[in-house]
Amino acid sequence: MSTTTPTAAEPTTPVGKAADYLDQRTKVGVLTKQLVRKVFPDHWSFMLGEIALFSFVVLLISGVFLTMFFEPSMALVHYENEHPASMQGQLMSVAFASTLDMSFEVRGGLLMRQIHHWSALVFMAGIVVHMMRVFFTGAFRKPRELNWLVGTMLMILGLLAGFSGYSLPDDVLSGNGLRIADGVIKSIPIIGSYTSYFVFGGEFPGEHIIPRLFTVHILLIPALLLALIGVHLFLMVLNKHTQYPGSGRTDKNVVGYPAVPVFATKMAGNFFIIFGVLALMGGTMAINNVWNYGPYDPSPVGAGAQPDWYMLFLEGSLRLMPGQTEIVIAGYTLSLNVLVPAVIIPGLLFTFLFVYPFIEAKVTGDKREHHVLDRPRNVPTRTGLGVAFLTAFIILALAGSNDLIATHFDMSINAITWAFRILFFVGPWFAFWITKRICLGLQRKDRELVLHGHETGRIVRFANGEYIEVHRPLDEHERWLRVNYEAHAPLEIEPATDARGVRRRGYKADRRWQRLSRFFFEDRVEPVTPSELEAAHSHGEHDELEPSHGSPELVSGSRSVEQEH
Amino acid sequence: MKALAARRHHRFAPVVLLLLALLVTGGVYAALAPSPAQADTASTEDIETGKKLFQANCATCHGPNAEGTTEAPSLVGVGAAAVDFQVSTGRMPMQMSGPQAAAKPPQMDEEQTAALAAYVASLGPGPAIPTDEQVDAAEGDAAEGMALFRTNCAMCHNAVGAGGALSEGKYAPALLETSDRNIYQAMLTGPQSMPVFNDATLTPKEKRHIIAYVAEQRDGSAGGLSLGNLGPVSEGLWAWIVGLGLIIGAAVWIGAKSS
Ligand code: HEC
Ligand code: HEC
Repeated sequence: MSTTTPTAAEPTTPVGKAADYLDQRTKVGVLTKQLVRKVFPDHWSFMLGEIALFSFVVLLISGVFLTMFFEPSMALVHYENEHPASMQGQLMSVAFASTLDMSFEVRGGLLMRQIHHWSALVFMAGIVVHMMRVFFTGAFRKPRELNWLVGTMLMILGLLAGFSGYSLPDDVLSGNGLRIADGVIKSIPIIGSYTSYFVFGGEFPGEHIIPRLFTVHILLIPALLLALIGVHLFLMVLNKHTQYPGSGRTDKNVVGYPAVPVFATKMAGNFFIIFGVLALMGGTMAINNVWNYGPYDPSPVGAGAQPDWYMLFLEGSLRLMPGQTEIVIAGYTLSLNVLVPAVIIPGLLFTFLFVYPFIEAKVTGDKREHHVLDRPRNVPTRTGLGVAFLTAFIILALAGSNDLIATHFDMSINAITWAFRILFFVGPWFAFWITKRICLGLQRKDRELVLHGHETGRIVRFANGEYIEVHRPLDEHERWLRVNYEAHAPLEIEPATDARGVRRRGYKADRRWQRLSRFFFEDRVEPVTPSELEAAHSHGEHDELEPSHGSPELVSGSRSVEQEH
Repeated sequence: MKALAARRHHRFAPVVLLLLALLVTGGVYAALAPSPAQADTASTEDIETGKKLFQANCATCHGPNAEGTTEAPSLVGVGAAAVDFQVSTGRMPMQMSGPQAAAKPPQMDEEQTAALAAYVASLGPGPAIPTDEQVDAAEGDAAEGMALFRTNCAMCHNAVGAGGALSEGKYAPALLETSDRNIYQAMLTGPQSMPVFNDATLTPKEKRHIIAYVAEQRDGSAGGLSLGNLGPVSEGLWAWIVGLGLIIGAAVWIGAKSS
């Protein structure tokens, strides 16, 4: 927009003038207009990320309230307030005392604490379901690989935010968690004990960890989270939103509703619903009643001591690892019993998340942009790997709850632990295999449907005595959905030697990628091609009925289509 | 939610029933309860009834004179408190052989229990049944009790006494529905895998503080529904079921609104 456009009428109202002033200097109007007209596709699963975003907003609001009353100090005091009765006169840190004070003396304090904690749990759950949606639909493919990395980083920051916040009240339960963190740090060879002294400012627990965690929790991590959320959303707008496959939707357009009014209204509605649910939970369901655990003291551990759910996989991993794997080499202890379950296993899990988009890009050899999502069944190996990953995660989380499973289902904790040890290795493989089989089966069923149409249950007898069942062919929408995908074939690589018989460099690496590519795409179901469809139709001409409706309009209703520019 | 309720129901039903039974008969018991001094001088009539009951119900395992068999330990010297605890919580006479003798609705009424206790107490000196005053939660200090509970009991029974798992299918039961008298007796006699907390380890006063702390837990949480007091795992489960359940339900609804 040019400031000298003569046709632009001079604004007359104060608001108009102010807007014009801004616009002449920042072009904010152009941006707004573009944003307002931006088209967003519509599907409930596209709102899963909003769960994380909006619970984060609630976390910020309730968190600001909590910082007004929390005192991050490990100095010791006797608790003087009347409530809770079980804490009267006890010796505790100022941090713990201020948490109790905030819960029992500050109006609305307990409500805010509970809203904050529930929001944290829902925040992480929102991130997980959102990541599942993105993974299983292949929304991480080019050009969105970078945004997947940003998202994975957000998830890890979320874990750290949760853990640091959970430790602040300085109660027995979270102190046990810190003790485990200390043990994990110390298990790292060579630098472990130095790092632990560095983190805790001396011998665990010391007098510094709570103030340090406070800074991390209210400044460092939120700042990083906010910045990365900004990048995440910016990239989302820049790359445009993905859409589910369907007639009329291509990699070159976005079918959906304009941001204003439709999408914005829905977003606002969703925000209020999420805020409402979190407030309701905070108001009616007790969470982390720290006065039950008591002020931190390194000696006691209560039965049922576990971290919040998103850290449960680490707890489970530690619980599954046999203790005998601690070895002593030349006077130095190597705690494989901690190092493997608490550093190596989570390291592997996170690495998988970080590298997967790039591995898939490499084994498909696909360098195009993708804006239409995959149906999970059409990429059986990816779907299988995703389910295998989730299975491992869930088994670890359950193993972290093995004592509660034992008491609630009348089982022996030893038997459960052994079952999970075996399941941790067998379960993911089995989950992978069965998921992949189901996907391939669904693809075959789709082929069947496209080629032969729906069964109608109507049997017709011909004059020559032949019986056939009438099949109704799919309409165009149905067919589009089922034939518009790509079944990648394993990579083809150049031969080991060039024309002059000289060994080619990089052949070995190529071979390895090819092998991986085979693992991905050896088994596949090709989509029905037009010629196959043609053949199927002429073959079974007489058992078809005309579709009852005319040629369907591909893009219908009030939906907008935004063309890729 | 229902499944959880049903499970809890299943696990605690006997204890609830037991509590009801105890409430109904509580008043009667208060009058009958023998004080430590009385226990020693229980009437020979009681001891005779107790002996008969014992031979009918307990002798198969514990031997005709409670001297113990390969099946079950000797009861000589376990005291009236042990018998009262075991019989009034329904653990004895033991029925199923599982990882541990579980509490169930008591099979003996108050009088029979008292007679059995008198009989076993007559075999050798042992801890007596505590008096009402000894187990009065109102006399105890919950704050002291909290500190004692945290260092002595929480590792098995969970921070608020919601129960916890031990090895090989054994478990420390939830204490929230256990009677004050039974709590005292459990500490005094250390049933099965539980250690004995005699009066040197925990003085009678300290035991009363602990009872006061456990009693306070029955009032529920200041924060709302206590969700079984099981800590972060149940909280996480509820965050997924209630939180994400409602929110995703709403998202589907919003998503469906337009198309
Ligand atoms: C099926 C066998 C069986 C029967 C019947 C049985 N008991 Fe027992 N009892 C045991 C076993 C086994 C133990 C040891 C495990 C335990 O401590 O609970 C035991 C333990 C006890 C103890 C605890 C001993 C201690 O050291 O504290 C008492 C008291 C007791 N029984 C009383 C009785 C009484 C009274 C009866 C009859 C009403 C009875 N038992 C019936 C098997 C039995
Ligand atoms: C080593 C673990 C352990 C410790 C420590 C422990 N208990 Fe127990 N407790 C048990 C076990 C196991 C049982 C079940 C015994 C049985 O069924 O006979 C039990 C049973 C009980 C019961 C009976 C519950 C019922 O409903 O019948 C009470 C009450 C009790 N404990 C209180 C306490 C108190 C109070 C403390 C602390 C002073 C304590 N326990 C310490 C393991 C423990």
